[in-house]
Amino acid sequence: MKQLEIDAELKKAGAHAKGRFGELRFLARRYLLGTIGLVIMIMFILTALFAEWIAPFDPLTVNAKQALAAPGALHWLGADSFGRDVFSRIVYGTRISMAVGIGSMLLGSSLGVVIGLTSGYLGGWVDLVFQRLVDILQALPLLVLALVMAAALGPSLQNTILAIAIPLVPTVARVIRANTLTLRELPFVEAAKAAGMSETRIALRHVLPNTLAPLIVLATAQFGSAILTEASLSFLGLGIPEPHPSWGRMLSESAAEYVRTAPWLVIFPGLAISLIVFGTNLLGDALRDILDPRQRT
Amino acid sequence: MLSYLVQRLFLMLVTLFGISLVIFALLRIVPGNIVDVLFDAAGFVDPAEKIKIEKDLGLDQPIVVQYATWIGGLLRGDLGFSYVSEKPALAEILPRIPITARLAGLALLFAVSLGVPLGVVSAVKQNTRLDYFLRVVSLAGLSLPAFWLGLLILMASVALFGTIPIYNAAPKSMWDSFVMYAVPAAAVGLRSSALIMRLTRSSMLEVLRQDYIRTARSKGASERSINYSHALKNAILPIVTIIGVEAAFLIGGLIVTETVFNIPGVARFLVEAIRWRDYPIVQNLVMFIAVVVVVVNFVVDLLYAALDPRIKLGA
Repeated sequence: MKQLEIDAELKKAGAHAKGRFGELRFLARRYLLGTIGLVIMIMFILTALFAEWIAPFDPLTVNAKQALAAPGALHWLGADSFGRDVFSRIVYGTRISMAVGIGSMLLGSSLGVVIGLTSGYLGGWVDLVFQRLVDILQALPLLVLALVMAAALGPSLQNTILAIAIPLVPTVARVIRANTLTLRELPFVEAAKAAGMSETRIALRHVLPNTLAPLIVLATAQFGSAILTEASLSFLGLGIPEPHPSWGRMLSESAAEYVRTAPWLVIFPGLAISLIVFGTNLLGDALRDILDPRQRT
Repeated sequence: MLSYLVQRLFLMLVTLFGISLVIFALLRIVPGNIVDVLFDAAGFVDPAEKIKIEKDLGLDQPIVVQYATWIGGLLRGDLGFSYVSEKPALAEILPRIPITARLAGLALLFAVSLGVPLGVVSAVKQNTRLDYFLRVVSLAGLSLPAFWLGLLILMASVALFGTIPIYNAAPKSMWDSFVMYAVPAAAVGLRSSALIMRLTRSSMLEVLRQDYIRTARSKGASERSINYSHALKNAILPIVTIIGVEAAFLIGGLIVTETVFNIPGVARFLVEAIRWRDYPIVQNLVMFIAVVVVVVNFVVDLLYAALDPRIKLGA
């Protein structure tokens, strides 16, 4: 699928790209913003993986002498009210954002795919019940449902992932259902049926792979929303508990007070959140252009 | 048409009933109730006292009875009493609604008046430097957490004026009251305007490809007249539909922004009530939000059909 798209792209542009590397270079130039997004994402993934080597300090070690130290040679991005190094906390915070982003995206999308596929393929009363469920979940704004769920489940990393994943389900379920409804009527599904394939096998082997393109685009967007929602939850004190260095949590520690006295405590964690979500959005836009030509603008 | 309306209204009721069940169940699995929270704060626990308070609040009753009491009261307009303030929940919620409504209205106004023109410009100048720039800016706008944007505005106001804009229940003049709402509304609306801009752009591009635009151009209509009277008029329709999505999007922004700017509206009240396990407030507020979202979506659907003669409801 991907190979095919790349070939089509190359032909369309009349490029004479040679070899794998040439193709990559062509794609990077054609989707410059998407490439920037990809680079940003890779940077954050590496930061999360090698946090121990990158962070100069332990993110949890309290040092009263350095409390509210301004950015300088020792603490590049300053220190918080407990004297913890802000840069190290942001580096370790990448792990939390990545875990929530990936965890919620995978859980929310898988549930959405299961609901959407069964609903669209089976139709009938199953569809009716699932659609009401989707309506119910969709009538509550993402943050409101996540807030109530986070409060109900209690503050922890796993619960935060779950609280964000559930509100993400309806969008995926809707899109997959609509796609499945169209695909179900196409000749290749009929052919598979005529060949005596079982319904489950048709749904999984023939219908599902054809919904992959919109799914990838949606999942990218959900990764970003999950990170933003975690930041909001933690900011409101209902997400990741202390002392874990969640970016949203770092901003909640009486941020309004530090707006005057220690602006670095407000600026840098917010920049980290914005940058990772910005990277996701850039990548998501390029992916949509590549995978979903109907929406190309 | 009539059967469509009846069907839609019925489905709305089913959805709202489902939401009430979900919210009620979620709040009941919360570890610890208000009594635990209060006693934790007091630092000592007298079991007899605790049981008495739980009985007073009806927390000792079977869960089905508690649910029936709530819904029965809701239908009669009795929302119960806040656990924290012990005032009627309705009296706590009602005065906060206008504050949030004003904020939401201003934010929406800001979002539309910034997002639509920029989206049109971006589409008309497709693939130019300006379009590229506007697209990157709108994506960046969508990437900022709403509460961080609020904090940055506070920071800028400290740097420029030396003070932080403080909410005042009795502003001295019209202008003071406008500024008081306008600044946080801009913080909420900026993100929404990015969303509206992107939608306007893609909707405009879609319309600009249509045959009737080519016809208009070939009969010699000016670019200005093509863009504004032929294209935008048709492109605006999908933008109306997003107001439904926008309502949900705005509520999320309002929750954090009211917290940052210390505005005593319903959105911040919800967070406080969740923290205090103040069930009567939380369940009624969440129901209120759900009703707003469901009704807005319904109205948007009707509006869409009214504006676009090609769409037949219930067909």
